[in-house]
Amino acid sequence: MPILAEAAAQNVAFWIIAAVMAAAAIAVVTVPNVVHAALSLVVVLAGVAAQYILLQAEFVGLVQVLIYIGAVIILFLFGIMLTRSPMKKNTELDNNQRLAAAGVAALILGVLVVRLLDSFGGVHIDLAQAAAANDTSAVADSIFRVYVVAFEVVSLLLLAALVGAIVLARRD
Amino acid sequence: MPITQFLVLSAFLFCVGIYGVLARRNGVLVLMSVELMLNAVNLNLIAFAARLGDVAGQVFALFVITIAAAEVGVGLAIVLLIYRNRQSIDLDEVSSMRG
Repeated sequence: MPILAEAAAQNVAFWIIAAVMAAAAIAVVTVPNVVHAALSLVVVLAGVAAQYILLQAEFVGLVQVLIYIGAVIILFLFGIMLTRSPMKKNTELDNNQRLAAAGVAALILGVLVVRLLDSFGGVHIDLAQAAAANDTSAVADSIFRVYVVAFEVVSLLLLAALVGAIVLARRD
Repeated sequence: MPITQFLVLSAFLFCVGIYGVLARRNGVLVLMSVELMLNAVNLNLIAFAARLGDVAGQVFALFVITIAAAEVGVGLAIVLLIYRNRQSIDLDEVSSMRG
């Protein structure tokens, strides 16, 4: 019985977090104020981190909090401040193809949901088994053994992006 | 837990991101929508990592997070340059390369 109760608690947690994430994600693309959109993005990113922890990927969840909420959002807020984005009406932030965009998004969502339910309908995640297989030391082993070349390439890419961003943004 | 609930949530986030990219004209907001889409992909990777008991999904989610950070850095630098050159980050006005 405690296993069942735990599974029920995990399900409830998932739906609460998912509802908050969905509302915040819609707020990101609809609110008329850029700063409010950035703060809604914080809620979505925190929700994603919570889902990672629910899926027993605690290391990725913590990295998500550190990099996204810690660094990327700060970058966004700096971008908003430096470009003095208009904090006025919705019409100035959205273009006139909102209806078409909503149609495209709804179409893709419909196709994706139908296909996903069709393909993975009965598939379940065993969280206890996932926790046993996906601990952080296994992630570290995998990064520095199997995917070490990709790791080095990504570090080079980060360096290139750093230099590129400085070159682009500096004033001469 | 059924894996479909994670996949459907991820598909929803992705489509909200698509809507944002298509409907917003502010450069910073378009970059935020791209972040939504990248997070949807990461959620998929982690869900399948948990399903298959394979850490490769987590490793690639970490790579995607790194590349997203690089993308935001360069993207915001470009938005900043557009603002400096045109005093506006309205992407509908950035059409110099239209044929």
